[in-house]
Amino acid sequence: MLSIRDLCKTYAGPPQRTVLVGVDLELVSGDYVAVMGESGVGKSTLLNLIAGLDRADAGSITLDGVELTTRDDDMLTALRRVAMGFVFQAFHILPYLSVAQNVALPLSLVGVVREVAERRVAEVLAAVGLADRAASMPRELSGGELQRVAIARAVVHGPRLVLADEPTGNLDPDSAGQVLRLLRDQVKAGNAAGILVTHSRAAAETADRILMLTRDGLREPTHG
Amino acid sequence: MTPIAGISAAGAVFRGAFAQNRTRTAVGVLAIALGVALGYAVQVINQAAINELAQGVQILSGDADLEVRGPRGGFDEALYPDLARMPEVAVASPVVEVDAKLARRGDALRILGLDVFRAGFIQPSLIATAADRLDTLRSDVLFLSPAAMRWLEVKPGDVLPFQVALADVPLRVAGELVGGGEQRFGVMDIAGAQAAFDRLGRITRLDLRLRSGVDVAAFRDRLRQWLPPGIAAERPETGLAAGVSLSRSYRVNLNVLALVALFTGGLLVFSTQALAVVRRRAQFALLRVLGVTRGRLTALIVAEGALVGIAGSLIGLALGFALAQLTLRWVGADLGSGYFSGVVPVLQLDPGALGIFFVLGVAAAVLGSIVPAFETARTPPALALKAGDEERAFARLRSPLPGLVAVTMSAAATALPPVAGLPLFGYGAIALLLVGTLLLMPRIAALALSLLPTPGRPAPQLAIAQLRGAPGQVTVSLAAIVASVSLMVSMAIMVASFRGSLDTWLERILPADLYVRAADGGDTAYLTSDVQAQIAALPGVRRAEFLREQQLLLDPSRPRVVLQARTIDPANPSRNLPLLGTSLAVAAGAPPPVWVNEAAVDLYGFTPGKVVELPLAGKATRFTVGGVWRDYGRQQGAIAIARERYVALTGDRAVTSGALWLAEGSDRGVVQASLRREIPDGERLEIATPGEIRDLSLKVFDRTFAVTYALELAAVVIGLVGLSSSFGALVLARRREFGVLRHLGMTRWQVGTMLATEGFAVSSIGLVVGLALGFVISLILIHVVNRQSFHWGMELALPWRTLAGFALVVLAASTITAIASGRQAMGDDAVRAVKEDW
Repeated sequence: MLSIRDLCKTYAGPPQRTVLVGVDLELVSGDYVAVMGESGVGKSTLLNLIAGLDRADAGSITLDGVELTTRDDDMLTALRRVAMGFVFQAFHILPYLSVAQNVALPLSLVGVVREVAERRVAEVLAAVGLADRAASMPRELSGGELQRVAIARAVVHGPRLVLADEPTGNLDPDSAGQVLRLLRDQVKAGNAAGILVTHSRAAAETADRILMLTRDGLREPTHG
Repeated sequence: MTPIAGISAAGAVFRGAFAQNRTRTAVGVLAIALGVALGYAVQVINQAAINELAQGVQILSGDADLEVRGPRGGFDEALYPDLARMPEVAVASPVVEVDAKLARRGDALRILGLDVFRAGFIQPSLIATAADRLDTLRSDVLFLSPAAMRWLEVKPGDVLPFQVALADVPLRVAGELVGGGEQRFGVMDIAGAQAAFDRLGRITRLDLRLRSGVDVAAFRDRLRQWLPPGIAAERPETGLAAGVSLSRSYRVNLNVLALVALFTGGLLVFSTQALAVVRRRAQFALLRVLGVTRGRLTALIVAEGALVGIAGSLIGLALGFALAQLTLRWVGADLGSGYFSGVVPVLQLDPGALGIFFVLGVAAAVLGSIVPAFETARTPPALALKAGDEERAFARLRSPLPGLVAVTMSAAATALPPVAGLPLFGYGAIALLLVGTLLLMPRIAALALSLLPTPGRPAPQLAIAQLRGAPGQVTVSLAAIVASVSLMVSMAIMVASFRGSLDTWLERILPADLYVRAADGGDTAYLTSDVQAQIAALPGVRRAEFLREQQLLLDPSRPRVVLQARTIDPANPSRNLPLLGTSLAVAAGAPPPVWVNEAAVDLYGFTPGKVVELPLAGKATRFTVGGVWRDYGRQQGAIAIARERYVALTGDRAVTSGALWLAEGSDRGVVQASLRREIPDGERLEIATPGEIRDLSLKVFDRTFAVTYALELAAVVIGLVGLSSSFGALVLARRREFGVLRHLGMTRWQVGTMLATEGFAVSSIGLVVGLALGFVISLILIHVVNRQSFHWGMELALPWRTLAGFALVVLAASTITAIASGRQAMGDDAVRAVKEDW
């Protein structure tokens, strides 16, 4: 489903900085992988390139057979809208929308009719344990609850790929555990693929497999 | 050693403020600078003109203790020996003062006829030293001030012709006066002046020097009882005050308008500071966590505003002085109003005015910073550190009570009378209404946003949701635009109403086919009874009505009122006068009627039905006020009297102008040519059609308001810049949000549409509120400020086209601003911003 071949990215600087060299990755539906690595090694850059929010210098990224690196911004945006979901470290729930409205946003962007959207939002909110908070405003929620809203927003439109960048970085261990379980469950439930970028070994271990991003590319960690 | 010098709370605050808001700080500085520059320029020009006038009065009145003044046309010279003989009087110097019409020129020259043997004691600087000492006594000789010499481009020995009635009176320039400064005037022997300018037996002023030890005030009070009606004794400065008071309302209005620009600049600083402070809330909270006290944090944020104010004030003062110099060169000292025509002032750096405008500029900026500063210092750091709490910062703005109190006080202030002739409560009412509405804006904005339909498409839907979720931030963006739109709209409505009413009035007062005047300036040209008869008898003239204008002194502390002796049909005076309402029928046995303008009602209490005394020919004569007429020409007050009654009382048959109705089939051009050909010296006559007079009057009107428009435009530009600046700040603060929306699949176009919708919605609310507020302010301007300043009423007229055009420009400008700000904030930074925590 997602195929990355020999991906390279260098920032012009100054100083010029090469962050990704020869990155390869293959994911199929239902795969849920964790990407770890040192700070500044390019984990977020990798997510941005996959999401079509940044341009690679070389290499290819295909999603369900569609080559992303040659598409223009509008096509990438359209693809992102339909096929991807995002979870951020800082939640990024829009403060002026209610919980339900935040979750409904991706459906609204793809033009799902209101009744269908309402049903789907209710379903997803129930799945993340926030059925009773649909009308609440974000400022009334805790960090863990906000991140559950973010997960609901990431999966509500049935994306093929869910990208999560340090989703538990701002949470206490209990909330982090709940969020990670929920994220994995939702990715699996939607038969999507998921990439979890994290510094936390414990968080990474909730994924099916762990990959290390280094200056030499994306590798399986060496055990022992 | 690690270099940490310079790390302090102040450093952290200021560096944060100026580094992160460089453009907006610069805009704030410029807004204050513009407001200060406009205010200071208007003030410095007005002050220079008044100083010049005062200097003129000082030169012309010398060191007299008292001045005896009466009608502009003068009073019986028999008063002079009586006064000179009084034991308290050391010297009495008679003066004939005329504004002599220069023949073949559109101007008049002030000429003082003096008795050199008397004037030498009181006005020594006006006594010329002539090569031929007898020149000072010759009746056909004139001495000019240096400024008059330069202005008229004459030299000793040249002959200057003046127009008296319609004829030429030549006077030889015998020399130049030593004193006189920059004043343009001439001096001649009093007997010569009386003879040359047809003032035989009359003088216009008596300057008195009292013996030492005489109580001037007590003597003045005694004289008042003794002098004939219409003649008063006052200190020379009272005359200056009366002269200056005529232009005071205009000057004060301009000052207030210039201060409006400064006020709008202050609002811009407020919105910039409020939004910048909200954006840096977490940083301030961190400083509080690190131990910076509330007081210190408040002081630091206010100091930030003060720095903007200091920089803006300093730039503004320099800019203002330069602007004043340019304005003097291009527009003139009267700023287009005509009040100070002929005055050539020299600009001076007055420390008082410099200080006042510096303080005003700093105060505007500091006041703009105080609310955000207090709010920031009051917020518990833990709350402020939490992201998404920004709107809470504006929660305190939501209480409607202060706004309602201000609006109520504004309504009450409109009912209060003027203070010292100035509509101070009127200005106060406008300021209170403006501030009250701005304080109510969060409520108004929330209500307006709740009434807006929710759009179906995601981008506009998000825009409306964003605005509904952040009414406080919307309000801050709206403050400067609501203020400037409302002020522009109110001025546009007031000016349109004034212009429309003036046009209607001109139509009513110009019913004849042709108008003829002895001259277009000065007080020496007139039409004799013979000339009047000749004009009336010209072929093609069906009817001729003549008008005599005199000036009477009713109150020495005010300018003289104008007395118009004209043809008035007592049975139907509205045929001749633009009466407001109907004329009272004067009861049998009651004094005969006069009709007064609105200014005479306001200034002298001449209400219809009241019996008043007017000093005519040295006698007090009783009249009944028969009605009130509209008059946009004489804000000092005017009284109309039937000409035959005036002639019977005064014996004065001369007139200054005439209105001619032509016989059917007569051609205006032919009659004009006959007037010039058939009347002796007829080429001197000023002849005009009603259309020409109307066009000229409207041109003068537009010139008078040109400076007003310029000042208003400045306020609007500052308002638009304010909207743009605050919108830019808001958009910049929402970069992460745009980043998230881009992640979720919103195209740049959709984000742009969202911002354009926000810009359009916000400016629409600003426009609607600004239009409504502007309408109410225009009513205060028309019915309170104008009425109390200039004493004339006007009919409300709405300039729909101007308002619609203005609304479109504001909408377009703010929408484009929103999109442009969005473009700036939607770069790759937006994508990266999702990683930022604060």
